[in-house]
Amino acid sequence: MSKNITIDGKTIPFEDGQTIMDAAMAADIYIPHLCHQPEFTPHGSCKLCTIKVNGRNCTACTFPAMAGQEVLSETQELIDDRKKITQMLFVEGNHFCPACEKTGNCQLQAVAYHLNMLDDHFTHFYPSREMDASHADVMIDHNRCIFCTLCVRASQQKDGKDVFAISGRGINRHLIINSESGLLKDTDLDATDQAAHICPTGAILIKRTGYQVPIGERIYDHKEIDQVSLETEHHQHGE
Amino acid sequence: MANKIRVATTSLAGCFGCHMSFLDIDERMLQLAEAVEFGRSPINDIEHCTDCDIGLIEGGVCNSENVHVLREFRKNCKILVAVGACAINGGVPALRNYIPLEECLSEAYLDGIGVENPQIPSDPELPLLLDKVRPIHEVVKIDYFLPGCPPSADVFWKFLTDLIDGREPSLPYELVHYD
Amino acid sequence: MKQFIQDLAETNRYQATNLLRILREVQARFHYIPEEAIEQIAGLLNISRTQIISVVDFYSFFHSTPRGQYELLISDSITDHMLGKQSIIDYLSDKLNVAVGEVREDGVVSLDNTSCTGMCDQGPAGLVNGYALTRLDRPRIDQITDLINQQKPLDQWPAELFLVEDNIRRPTLLLDQPIQPGAALKALFERGGSETLAEITQSGLRGRGGAGYHTAWKWHLCYEGPEEDAFCDIDAQKQQQRYIVCNADEGEPGTFKDRVLLNSYAHQVFEGMTLCAGIIGAQQGFLYLRGEYLHLCDKLQSVLEERRQAGLLGNNILKEGLNFDIEICLGAGAYICGEESALIESLEGKMGIPRNRPPYPVTQGYLGKPTVVNNVETFMAAASIAINGGDWFASVGTEKSKGTKILSICGDCSRPGIYEYPFGTSIQTVLNDCGASDVLGIQIGGPSGTFISNHEFDRKLAFEDLATGGSFIVFNKSRNILDIVNNFTHFFAHESCGFCTPCRVGTALLKKQLDKIIGGHGSAGDVVVLEELCQLVKSYSHCGLGQTAANPILTTLERYPDLYQSRLKEISYEPGFDLDGALETARRMANRNDAGAHLAQIEANEHE
Repeated sequence: MSKNITIDGKTIPFEDGQTIMDAAMAADIYIPHLCHQPEFTPHGSCKLCTIKVNGRNCTACTFPAMAGQEVLSETQELIDDRKKITQMLFVEGNHFCPACEKTGNCQLQAVAYHLNMLDDHFTHFYPSREMDASHADVMIDHNRCIFCTLCVRASQQKDGKDVFAISGRGINRHLIINSESGLLKDTDLDATDQAAHICPTGAILIKRTGYQVPIGERIYDHKEIDQVSLETEHHQHGE
Repeated sequence: MANKIRVATTSLAGCFGCHMSFLDIDERMLQLAEAVEFGRSPINDIEHCTDCDIGLIEGGVCNSENVHVLREFRKNCKILVAVGACAINGGVPALRNYIPLEECLSEAYLDGIGVENPQIPSDPELPLLLDKVRPIHEVVKIDYFLPGCPPSADVFWKFLTDLIDGREPSLPYELVHYD
Repeated sequence: MKQFIQDLAETNRYQATNLLRILREVQARFHYIPEEAIEQIAGLLNISRTQIISVVDFYSFFHSTPRGQYELLISDSITDHMLGKQSIIDYLSDKLNVAVGEVREDGVVSLDNTSCTGMCDQGPAGLVNGYALTRLDRPRIDQITDLINQQKPLDQWPAELFLVEDNIRRPTLLLDQPIQPGAALKALFERGGSETLAEITQSGLRGRGGAGYHTAWKWHLCYEGPEEDAFCDIDAQKQQQRYIVCNADEGEPGTFKDRVLLNSYAHQVFEGMTLCAGIIGAQQGFLYLRGEYLHLCDKLQSVLEERRQAGLLGNNILKEGLNFDIEICLGAGAYICGEESALIESLEGKMGIPRNRPPYPVTQGYLGKPTVVNNVETFMAAASIAINGGDWFASVGTEKSKGTKILSICGDCSRPGIYEYPFGTSIQTVLNDCGASDVLGIQIGGPSGTFISNHEFDRKLAFEDLATGGSFIVFNKSRNILDIVNNFTHFFAHESCGFCTPCRVGTALLKKQLDKIIGGHGSAGDVVVLEELCQLVKSYSHCGLGQTAANPILTTLERYPDLYQSRLKEISYEPGFDLDGALETARRMANRNDAGAHLAQIEANEHE
């Protein structure tokens, strides 16, 4: 007998071991997320995928699906609060989209568009973290890091390396590089590594590839992130 | 004429790109002119902002003059709108926030390459720079935000016609972009 | 250094789980964690350097740049402030000629603030190289200054500087009748494991850390282990590795009862842990002791040794076939490690970042094995219950809160210290006993708890009404509520682990927004913005820290809305930063001071 949960009133099936995010994606339901990619161990830190399960806030990417759960996702309250959480990410770093090579292809930006975020709402922190352009093919602007750990996980889980880690506490959290100098050039990172491509923002960029796709043809110019996410991540969930 | 909506515009720490984009509404400007008249704006060279319905502010706040102009707008406009990336989060000018102001000024006026007669300009006519470039919502209360670098002509058109027609302004997905 | 670290790694069996222990030694020896040390330890423990760097960055007591040979830290708890902390640290800074947060040029001494050190009944307090200093006053500081300037080793400092008192004021059910070492274990073996667990169930004992989970359920769940093991036969289940952890990371500001329990009732606490081990079948226990209680460590080690000698710990306990031992692990300055899954991460030698749950520690805890984590007081109570029976305990208290609660009472009262009350006792009774008068309000359960006003003193100590892990801070009418809230809000921003967005960014924004309002720069909408932010942090944070970080603001905003409103200006908006101050650099460099070189914080004619 198949087991079911409901999301916003719609009944969907799930299999044992699936999270609510897994079940939702399999049923073509998008729940906003930034730190989650189906290929990697869920992290649960960005909190954009917060949903209400039987009245309680839970993180969809880590919370197991269990028979009979009534899940709310697209309520006005959750949409508004997801927008505020996204605004927190924008003010915490320096996200000057016009000056960022990732613009148009950036998941942080796309989630913000999806949530109809028109301003940053909160007071800016304007951090001044160092840039690392030491590597021949890859550069890091630490001011755009949202600490999702996707690069950490991709490096460990896919590339079989251990290039990145997150260090520090509270608002002083920061990305660190596993080399004696602390610089990217002294690691074994290759431009072909998945870790070099997985950043949902413009924090980790491949050099000499910026602005190659004209405006109008970029990933999120016409498609919303919900559609893109379901198209590109759905099949990975099915694996 | 007396019933026309008065709109004022200005550019603070911006590049006038948002104004250029506004002009890109092209022939719709004639339609707009039937409902709208302009107060202070670089379009007409009126120098001070008097009672207006809508104030459109391009650019962030980088110096003391920006603060005075912004306050004049806030005082005289019923609705104040942050227009474009710089007004909303400081934008490209705020890239200088990484660098201490002292270093910026030294590089530009004292020890930079090609500087002759090094000195920091000190004429009282010149506005002083703030230590950081700020978005305008951190200095005065802002009612609406139009993102984009620049916001497209359609954003201006949609926003203003919504307001003129008495609708709550809203932007569809295609019109929301930050670049 | 190389040999020192080599030996250290060997002593610690090259185990990555012992990373905190190793780093504590390195910090103590070199007054920081040098880069070469990180490289060497990474090689010896076979872990990445980034794991070590992240741990060094995470814990307040580790430093990547040198601190003084004498590292002085002054407790920044609200209770220390009420006892004159600010003038003490200013005086220290002046006498020692070192700024707060800095190392003196000669490298001899450094001075800084630290979160509550748990000496709230005998502050202002501090730490020197990790050892607790109490009752700091000017004569003591003069003395300390001389000792430091003469570079006298700590073991030659006068003992009275390090004297920590118990101040047990009201012992009843538990504190009045400590058990004889071994008595609870004898009762266990006589009665049997499941029968003893039944007594604990009968007693209604709930976790004393504050959350109040039923102790017997937790033990039972841990015994059952993960679902996939539930179908194994009983023998296989007994083979399952399980762990017992005593949470003595007593970091909630205003709480110090665990310090007293470990100082004077350590046998009983360890016996409670051993009891639990006997019931659920664990072989290894840990006492996770907060770094601030370093002074207790040697004494606790000797209690453990005594117990081993007496056959109460180790192999074949009381010749009944139970094998169990306890290791002490010291924290390194991180409030978040009081959260049970963060504590387990810390025990494993990592940053104290709370895990995603489920799975819960009872099924997947330390090293992925079923683990019971209980508070010091919980283990102590369990030991008494094993001897006296469940009914004995359940006859005291209220319907949903059985037994007694041990309180750490401090602040504005004439007899601060440790008090034990039956659940259901009214706040007024407590106030009468501790000598509190002219009371404005009380912070119950520490910053993460509730602030109650003087109209609520008929409320009761109980999970049904006012739950508390033990912190009870009294404020008299001379105190300013916003100062208190400000102290707590800064505390949470400092202690947030930074894992999740709402807490990492939210607690920092709360701090900014509250500073703005308290600083008199708030305007009409600023309290609404504050409240909205509070709800966001509370509702969306990953763990208890974030979910309670807004409580100081929310509970006082609810009771004293006018207090916040009165700070607001009657204008539409004021910047949250100092406008004129933002011109300072440009003014100085342009050498200007004319009227045009200044900005008013708000427009002159907007001020009504």
